[in-house]
Amino acid sequence: MIVSVASGKGGTGKTLVATSLALSVGKEVQLLDCDVEEPNDHILLKPIIHSSEGVFIPIPKIDEDKCNHCGKCSEVCAYNAIAVIKEKVLIFPELCHGCGACSYLCPEKAISEEGRRIGVVELGQSEAIDFVQGKLSPGEMMAPPVIREVKRHIHPQKTVIIDVSPGTSCPVVEAIKGSDFCLLVTEPTPFGLNDLTLAVEVIKKLDIPSGVVINRDGSGDSQVGRYCDGEGIPILLRIPLDTEIAILYSRGIPLVKGIPQWRESFLALFQSIKSKVGATADEG
Amino acid sequence: MKEVVILSGKGGTGKTSIVGSFATLAQSKVMADCDVDAADLYLLLHPQVRHEEEFWSGKTALIHKDLCTSCGLCEEVCRFGAIKDFEVDPISCEGCGFCFQVCPEKAISMKDNMAGHLFISDTRYGPLIHARLGIAEENSGKLIALVRSNAREMARKGNLDYILIDGPPGIGCPVISSLSGVNLSLIVTEPTLSGMHDLDRILGVCHHFGVLPLVCINKYDLNLENSQEIERYCGQMGVKVISRIPFDNVVTEALIAEVPVVEYSGDDVSRQIELLWGKVLKKLQDENRA
Repeated sequence: MIVSVASGKGGTGKTLVATSLALSVGKEVQLLDCDVEEPNDHILLKPIIHSSEGVFIPIPKIDEDKCNHCGKCSEVCAYNAIAVIKEKVLIFPELCHGCGACSYLCPEKAISEEGRRIGVVELGQSEAIDFVQGKLSPGEMMAPPVIREVKRHIHPQKTVIIDVSPGTSCPVVEAIKGSDFCLLVTEPTPFGLNDLTLAVEVIKKLDIPSGVVINRDGSGDSQVGRYCDGEGIPILLRIPLDTEIAILYSRGIPLVKGIPQWRESFLALFQSIKSKVGATADEG
Repeated sequence: MKEVVILSGKGGTGKTSIVGSFATLAQSKVMADCDVDAADLYLLLHPQVRHEEEFWSGKTALIHKDLCTSCGLCEEVCRFGAIKDFEVDPISCEGCGFCFQVCPEKAISMKDNMAGHLFISDTRYGPLIHARLGIAEENSGKLIALVRSNAREMARKGNLDYILIDGPPGIGCPVISSLSGVNLSLIVTEPTLSGMHDLDRILGVCHHFGVLPLVCINKYDLNLENSQEIERYCGQMGVKVISRIPFDNVVTEALIAEVPVVEYSGDDVSRQIELLWGKVLKKLQDENRA
């Protein structure tokens, strides 16, 4: 079962929820940190990293001896990553998506590909949790290829928890798609509600069942609760506004470690996700 | 005309609350909300939309069944796993057009994407340029570039001095698009280990693009030890920490009331934000003279 933890708005507590959920499940569990721009799960879980692999985008390399500057490569490139001017081919590596059209379609077979490193995937262990995280290199634009590489490590027999980046665009979709359930973490403020409604649109589009966690409950108003009732989205957990919880997080201590009573709540959360996924599977 | 972008790396550190307050404090400016994925600034500034336009960007492949002979070449060449059983999954399609180029039957066309909306609005604090990226769309970087070019145009026409940019979280494409060519970036961090880790990465991006960063520690009293560590680290990096804003639930209360916090309360939080704007403004003006 794959459960992604998303939010729309940043800083609502995805990392807190993802790590405590993984620790509570305890066995046969994988945690994939797909927030590759700012991966933070490692700060709480302190995994021992045992291997890492670079993430590369295949970019074109021109064989000047074979190239006759016909301009076909530039013509087929949808991302303006190649320009042919007079007797020279210019490549803009950071614009290249690595689709491979230029090298395949070059009439002179003058284009080969070379890998350009844009990030890294790290694998490790934290207690019983198989830990995988992606890291986009600072200065690089494209998160989705790094996310795809992280997700290649999904072990279908295990419980897989995916920590998703904030927002609603391509990195979020790349991380969530293929999940059996999406947990949406929000806060009871107009910002939290606004971004929750956007996140709900994403998961509707992906057709994935969902539930909500309200973090810092009691700090704001009750609009998020009313919205969820109206949409028929279950609120599966409420975490109150509590300085002790905030301080634990600031020190990098997972909630279920700092206050062990929370483990029960997270286990209950996991059970309700499991039963909802089971129910959906039965319907299908 | 000077541009300042407010960034954070980590989400939820308080960027929008600070930009909303700057909107009330600054004179002669345009606001630009460049968090086009999850734009929230409008909730504080209550814009009257004056102009709205569609944002078309990128393409998606479409297979015409009547022409398709099921040869499978499209699926074979697609590196994004977007074609299965002679159908395109528009969510996975990156619009590269490789399939369109190779299809021997010319059974594939590329259709334009309506990827979002751009808004030009009036607020009681001045003009706001904002946008909404379509759900699950790509090209947020291009939409941000459009927001920024409209903001610059607005500033030029109105002879306005400053552009205040509310930036997105993260360090990838949308952040780079929000940051390129600005005069100054204000990084809002928080004294959590996550905040500190992300600060390090966003400073790396600023450095990469040659943009001067200044740091503000929000909710600094949540963990004083970590706040000291941030100051020590920034000192070592040669980056100035120009503000420390205390934690106070009044920020959330202002949010609920949907007004910038400096208008909502005269507490210490508001005083610190006023001082912060003063320092940002001075830095921008100094740059003018330099």
